[in-house]
Amino acid sequence: MKYIAEYRDGEQARHIAAKIAAEVRPGHSYRFMEFCGGHTHAIARYGIAGLLPDSVRMIHGPGCPVCVLPIGRIDLAIHLALERGVILCTYGDTMRVPASDGLSLIQAKARGADVRMVYSATDALALAGKHPEREVVFLAIGFETTTPPTALVLRAAHARAVRNFSVLCCHVLTPAAITHILESAAVRQLGTVPIDGFIGPAHVSIVIGAQPYAYFAEEYRKPVVIAGFEPLDVMQGILMLVRQVNAGRAVVENEFSRAVTPEGNVAAQDLVSQVFELRESFEWRGLGDVPYSALKIRTAYAAWDAERKFGLHYASVPDHKHCECGAILRGVKRPTDCKLFGTVCTPETPMGSCMVSNEGACAAHYAYGRFRDIPVVTA
Amino acid sequence: MCLAIPARVVELRPGLRAVVDLSGVRKEVSIDLVDDAQLGDYVIVHVGYAIGRIDPEEAERTLALFAELSAAQGGA
Repeated sequence: MKYIAEYRDGEQARHIAAKIAAEVRPGHSYRFMEFCGGHTHAIARYGIAGLLPDSVRMIHGPGCPVCVLPIGRIDLAIHLALERGVILCTYGDTMRVPASDGLSLIQAKARGADVRMVYSATDALALAGKHPEREVVFLAIGFETTTPPTALVLRAAHARAVRNFSVLCCHVLTPAAITHILESAAVRQLGTVPIDGFIGPAHVSIVIGAQPYAYFAEEYRKPVVIAGFEPLDVMQGILMLVRQVNAGRAVVENEFSRAVTPEGNVAAQDLVSQVFELRESFEWRGLGDVPYSALKIRTAYAAWDAERKFGLHYASVPDHKHCECGAILRGVKRPTDCKLFGTVCTPETPMGSCMVSNEGACAAHYAYGRFRDIPVVTA
Repeated sequence: MCLAIPARVVELRPGLRAVVDLSGVRKEVSIDLVDDAQLGDYVIVHVGYAIGRIDPEEAERTLALFAELSAAQGGA
């Protein structure tokens, strides 16, 4: 596949690995956070961690929208599906996120709720056309990559005056989450790890561009390298971070220049700001309430906002008491530090959100890394 | 979640729709967010929408950078 296969070449990966090994300073340790779940997945799937010298440690960030979606938001969707009789549509990963009372959307479906998995927001709007007698709600989650499609669907529903369609908006913002990790007193009290630099988002940056990261680089003196999701992109991004740290530099660099421009997709940004505005605060699983870190639907589109239409009120719900997703999402703990990992919590029966999406740190480690540290014994 | 794949535009359709080809798999997607996409362009498809485009020259430049790394180490 063009633009994919050539960025997965094992030989080249070994060359970049050799370069990284040659350039790290003896006695110096490098801790880089890959913000995105897409990078977390690539690092686990392609064995990138095994190609890095011991002094380079990758810390998984909170950039997995399924993982950071708090229980209370899923509860709202389950309420709509079970008690308000709506057709509840959502992206596949969201279906299995554990919520209150041992329920998930898929379990609500088993109890008779009309929950449907859709590939695209536009499929949800089409369902509203097909079932004019029913209310159709789209549970919209995701970062800046996924927000413009939701905005288009809301605009279309408004233009066509589709009255039986609404959106439960849970879209969140990347730069706000990175800032929160870097400066929040709450996060500091809960304990966090020093971070020497960030691998910046790939597909989010196609939409928002490279410019929004300049603030972290300048204000917090942290290098940021935007990298693609293919393994060579990630390796090259790590090499570029090592070089910045060695040179005492902290700037935004763009490894993913084949798709990311400084200004991003301006048409998509304009559309998003027409339809959405900032929420004052939004709860993230693991990070708590983060100010101005999410979007809500503008008043002009209030008739298509499920929270207003159904009078929904968000209530925060604590995670399972032994679940370490919160600490893992802050980069404080690793999946193997959680006693539920791989025992009661597996991809088949996830207890915490990080085990649900294959971009979650726990699911990625379970699928690709859980035997990595076990020594091979000859029979 | 942010999974997105580069695919080639093989047909432009009315209403800002396009058929894309990914190694033989064809699918109609929206080009509302990349409305100047042309036949033959590689667009990045996410949840049924093209959200961006691949710049072929930049793609070559990145690959050339990898190749230089190998050459510097006497590799392939």
